Amino acid sequence: MSDKQTRYKGRPVYVVDGARTPQLKSKGTPGPFAASDLAVGAGRPLLLRQPFDPDAFDEVILGCVMPGPDEANIARLVALRLGCDQRIPAWTVQRNCASGMQALDSAFHDIADGRADLVLAGGTEAMSRAPVMFGEAMVAWLAQWSAARDMGARMKALTKLRLAYLAPVIGLLRGLTDPLVGLNMGQTAENLAYRFHLSREQMDAFALESHQRLALAQDQGRLNEIEALYDSKGHVYAADDGLRRDTDMARLGKLKPVFDRKFGMVTAGNSAQVTDGAALLILASEDAVSRHQLPVLGRLLDSQWAGVDPAQMGLGPANAMAPLLQRGGFQVDDIDYWEINEAFAAQVLAVLAALNDESYCREELGWDGAVGKIDHSRLNVDGGGVSLGHPVGASGARIVLHLLHVLQQRNARRGIASLCIGGGQGGAMLVEREV
Amino acid sequence: MAVLGSYRNWRLETDAARIAWLYADKADSSTNVLSREVLEELYFIIDRITAERPQGLIILSAKSNGFIAGADVKEFTAIQDYDEALELITRGQSILDRIEKLPFPTVAMIHGFCLGGGMELALACRYRVAEDDPRTRLGLPEVRLGIHPGFGGTVRLPPLIGAPLAMDLMLSGRSVEARRAQRMGLVDFAVPQRQLRRAALAMLEEQPLAHRPGFVARMSNAALVRPLLAAFMRKKTAEKAAPAHYPAPFALIDLWAEHGGDRERMMQEEGRSVARLLVGETAQNLVRVFTLQEQLKSLGRGGDFTPRRVHVIGAGVMGGDIAAWCALRGLQVTVQDRNHESLARVMKRAYGLFKKKLKQPRLVRAAMDRLIPDKNGMGLKRADVVIEAIFEDIEAKQGLYREIEPLIRPDALLATNTSSIPLETLSEALARPERLVGVHFFNPVAQMQLVEVVSSPITAPEVAKQAAAFVRRIDRLPLPVKGTPGFLVNRVLMPYLLEAVALESEGVPAAVIDQAATQFGMPMGPILLADTVGLDICLSVAEILAQQLHGSVPERLRELVAAGRLGRKSGQGFYSYKGGKPDKAKLDKEDKIAPEITDRLMFRYFNEAVACLREGVVADADLLDAGMIFGTGFAPFRGGPMHYVEMTGLPHGRQRLEELENVYGERFHPDPAWIGK
Repeated sequence: MSDKQTRYKGRPVYVVDGARTPQLKSKGTPGPFAASDLAVGAGRPLLLRQPFDPDAFDEVILGCVMPGPDEANIARLVALRLGCDQRIPAWTVQRNCASGMQALDSAFHDIADGRADLVLAGGTEAMSRAPVMFGEAMVAWLAQWSAARDMGARMKALTKLRLAYLAPVIGLLRGLTDPLVGLNMGQTAENLAYRFHLSREQMDAFALESHQRLALAQDQGRLNEIEALYDSKGHVYAADDGLRRDTDMARLGKLKPVFDRKFGMVTAGNSAQVTDGAALLILASEDAVSRHQLPVLGRLLDSQWAGVDPAQMGLGPANAMAPLLQRGGFQVDDIDYWEINEAFAAQVLAVLAALNDESYCREELGWDGAVGKIDHSRLNVDGGGVSLGHPVGASGARIVLHLLHVLQQRNARRGIASLCIGGGQGGAMLVEREV
Repeated sequence: MAVLGSYRNWRLETDAARIAWLYADKADSSTNVLSREVLEELYFIIDRITAERPQGLIILSAKSNGFIAGADVKEFTAIQDYDEALELITRGQSILDRIEKLPFPTVAMIHGFCLGGGMELALACRYRVAEDDPRTRLGLPEVRLGIHPGFGGTVRLPPLIGAPLAMDLMLSGRSVEARRAQRMGLVDFAVPQRQLRRAALAMLEEQPLAHRPGFVARMSNAALVRPLLAAFMRKKTAEKAAPAHYPAPFALIDLWAEHGGDRERMMQEEGRSVARLLVGETAQNLVRVFTLQEQLKSLGRGGDFTPRRVHVIGAGVMGGDIAAWCALRGLQVTVQDRNHESLARVMKRAYGLFKKKLKQPRLVRAAMDRLIPDKNGMGLKRADVVIEAIFEDIEAKQGLYREIEPLIRPDALLATNTSSIPLETLSEALARPERLVGVHFFNPVAQMQLVEVVSSPITAPEVAKQAAAFVRRIDRLPLPVKGTPGFLVNRVLMPYLLEAVALESEGVPAAVIDQAATQFGMPMGPILLADTVGLDICLSVAEILAQQLHGSVPERLRELVAAGRLGRKSGQGFYSYKGGKPDKAKLDKEDKIAPEITDRLMFRYFNEAVACLREGVVADADLLDAGMIFGTGFAPFRGGPMHYVEMTGLPHGRQRLEELENVYGERFHPDPAWIGK
């Protein structure tokens, strides 16, 4: 491996191992695991198989968008629950849908800069446990109520309570709505479908293939980064449970649009599922690799963050991936495998269209011509968010981990993992393994 | 601080605010107990303090493990007669009385255990503050030694917290943690260590009114109410312990019912009652059981084996429960099984255990985090203790050993939970056969304190010691035994169970057989025990032991197993079960159990115990008794089977066996050891 392909002048950074939980689809009620439980569930078996003690880490970094009320700085909580020594610092990062990737990037920097040798990094999210809150009016009323000292004051406060105050604020819906442009994430995907002339059939076909690919990967036992979860009621969760083996174009076609209700095209069937999950990776410097004699899964070569129009946030991957190719001097075909997180089928299709669109690449990316056409057979080969869900804090770590497994299984060399980020950003990572 | 007096077992200081600090600090001991010497010194110290006229007195402990653990149980065994016992008790009472009558406020500042006589000393103080910490335990466990509180505890406690709570505490002998003690009124404040001194000083400064229970609780001590409550208590207590076997709780109820209204008189009667109990057979035997327990505990001491990680292979009921227990006791545990569902069941059962024992969600979660389902056996390589608990199959176990021996650490303890396969056979598969040791747990793991530590002739003694240390680390009692079939507990138990089956097939109702055993003092009748263990398991153990057992396996057992009536777990065995409860025929109280039935059961038990001792399955009679008491609940008030045999006399036993042999045949043939030494 040569260093010329990365802009980082620092030390090489390796991924030595990783594990994730199965991704569990939200059933509409709080799921069996809190976000920290999920991370502990992935982390325990991962740490158990290492030749070093949990105390050997220099730091623990986790991405999480909506930790539970008892999970402030969830990374610290997870580190201690995993048996890491109290002296090991831990911190939590939040870059919305890319929080897990941000954790890897932060670990990447710290190791490259020589500030750390061995870092546990990843992401976790229990979407099903997103908080439901009181509105401001209700909070103000509650303050008044608790300030009321006597019966009279209480009665007076009671007369001011309005039924409307009790309307809950659904944290998940708010989190998935852009406060600046006033669009929810599905509507930003509708924008992309409109801009790149995508049809409902194209989206549904992409969604169907996502399910088919995941089914095949499960059947062929290729998702070996998954560690089963066990709850306290005697249930075991061993596989991603959002997979619909029975789906087909007809069924997908019958689903009603959920974001632009009447005339839209983005449905629950061609969007990422709301799921719970966690993914953790171990990143190491060359020193740590040789000190503990660690096997190397691959090397993190480069990373890139980009900003785009919040109303078209799904294009983020196009703008983040292009500079990686440019810096490394790669053509699209030099990349063996791609993982682009499937927030929406329309959104991934729009990214592919944008990179193959001369005017987009010229105007938005400053390239001379189109970046190129990404071969669908090399993209998300084992399914993606549409079939296995998108626990926002975890996905960024999951796609990097899975990409490394894909490269290993297919004895390939180079890959890029990328995702779009609510609020109008994209993040991407370039990885490489020795062939 | 000025040191006022230096004593052998106490330290007395006063500070600038003229507050006296009295530290209990028993010489040559890590634990404070109120031995005679400690009490006598206290007598003189009280004079010294009184002369000093301090603002107040704070009594505390200089030991890290707790306040005062109670009276010195060792001294109990030396007591010869009633008068000597009474003298000792009256002396203790009068010393604590002097503390109560001091003309300045007194505070007991409590951390760690505060039990028995220690609790009574604290009760003689005007105030009590306790450290809010899981290690703080307060209680009056005297009843477990066959007596009841004797240093004024029965006099002071009911007025302080009300009779219902007070009597429950003394009758059950259980201890409570600090926060619960505060809710009960047993201590004035339960505070974290950082506030303990400030709380004690605040009591002296503010001198609030001493704690009083609520109106209802106060009324419970009234003369008209006491007989009613006492009748209820007697009934409740009789459900758990027979008055003939365990007189102490009933003596306590009588004492309170009769004298609860008269302080002076009650103090006198308390002393007399305890003195009577102390020289009685039950108390002497229960003290013996206590010392046997200490003896077993000491077997795990010494050496520097401090395991942190345990790997259990096999997630069946035994394997899973062992794993959960180890995690409960703070070890990191990986439990390995090929089957996800078995592991899931382990986690469910463990969660139930943790919730019951730990209560606080935070602690439950920490225990769940320590218990790691490990389908791929990743915990094997770094474990300090590896426990094999797969099904009883020689080849499967040997195959497993061949597979894991190269992977486990060379210094790891390798233990098997086998109950029937000779260790020599299993260890043939090992490159280092001397490293294999047995740790035989009993079902249910969370309730059975005993673990047999099994050595084959080739097991290295050092390994057996490590196994005993591990057993102590998880707060169980290790019993070293030889690896002969059935080890100790199952072997002694089996003839007794089979005799019960024989009686049943002769037409004696199961409930009568069980009653004969429980009247003798067994915690559960043999028929119900067989049903609970599972008749299939009984049958397979019986067959393995067939050579040792004089006599054959009763046909009736085979029939039931063949018919699928396996006991409690299948809903049908000797009894049938509804909701896990047997539908026993109720016996009339008048029903006399023929002594012949009891003798047939118990003499097969004793005969096998005598044989085990002769063969050296355990090192001595005390260990045998300890094993049968803590492994099977053999009537503790009888002091153990060998103790009972000794007490009734060897010649008598031999004669009875010969009589039984004449009627019932060879299975009653007296072991040669009955002839005596």
